[in-house]
Amino acid sequence: MAGSTYTPIATQTLGSAAATVTFSSIPSTYTDLILITQTKQSNSSTYTILNFNGDSGSNYSQTNLAGNGSSAYSNRNSNDSRIIANQGNYESTSDWQINRYNFQNYSNTSTYKTVLFRTDIASIDTMASVGLWRSTSAITSIVFSVANSGTFTAGSTFTFYGISAA
Amino acid sequence: MSPILGIYASQISGHLVTNNYSSISTVTVGSGGASSITFSSIPSTYTHLQIRGIAQSAATTFIEDGKIQFNGDTGSNYIRHALMGNGASAAAYSTSSTGILVDAMVSGTVSGTANIFADSIIDILDYTNTNKNKTVRVLNGVDFNGAPFSGNGGRVTLTSGLWTNTAAITSITISGANFNLNQYSSFALYGIK
Repeated sequence: MAGSTYTPIATQTLGSAAATVTFSSIPSTYTDLILITQTKQSNSSTYTILNFNGDSGSNYSQTNLAGNGSSAYSNRNSNDSRIIANQGNYESTSDWQINRYNFQNYSNTSTYKTVLFRTDIASIDTMASVGLWRSTSAITSIVFSVANSGTFTAGSTFTFYGISAA
Repeated sequence: MSPILGIYASQISGHLVTNNYSSISTVTVGSGGASSITFSSIPSTYTHLQIRGIAQSAATTFIEDGKIQFNGDTGSNYIRHALMGNGASAAAYSTSSTGILVDAMVSGTVSGTANIFADSIIDILDYTNTNKNKTVRVLNGVDFNGAPFSGNGGRVTLTSGLWTNTAAITSITISGANFNLNQYSSFALYGIK
């Protein structure tokens, strides 16, 4: 039976610069999670990283497909300690980066967790990525942070939705 | 020290629930697997459809294509164009087939990858319009933390698909191109107004 879904769970607009944004106590009542972020970084030598459930072990990997205005390319990481948004490129201090993350079947305890995401920085590149967290645990917290001692600038937004399947 | 912001879902109130994105049906493969899953008797009351899924097959030597068919049509009436990255290079290609083929929409199974499923998001646009051939776009991917399959440590793919038929879509069948879907493979169908 059809039922309305796509429910806002949480949103955050940074009033001041922050190095980390944490979504914790994520309810297990949804099938998928979607997180839409619009961020800028404090300096040009930083990038956004993700960790789940406080795990900073070498349990992450990812594959990326990107176009930078002159070529299409693909790269990847194995046995990493985090998932990287816009891997291979530093982010912009002047242009907003728009990311859309899809965490599907995030509370399933039978499968490793995969995140499909798009990263778009108009002045740098556009990227599609798949990330793997080698854990069958339900995702209960997601931490977004900035590498290389950077920060998200004020005005960065993080909006979190839940989708429930029938 | 950098400030840390916490957002606690349990503290959020006033959830906004709209009627523009609705769950229609979910199919999850049980023990023993299944050759395909089908959404049938799809209501015509939405503008677009979206399918969100995870999938794994019994394929043991490669990442498997997924196949999408509409209204039981098994003829060679489908075309796809794809842009794919495998971690080392990007490639583009097109194929005509008996279904819309989606590269690496289904994870294979080899030692050490039993818990890895491919994820996909399939958008089916204007599915009831009888003046248009039907168009699909797919974002999907799977990562294996290395290269259990030769040359394929992971794949992420952008696909556009075409069904050369103007009929309204009333059923959708999803399968692996060659092997049965494994247990826990799951697809959820949503309607968008």
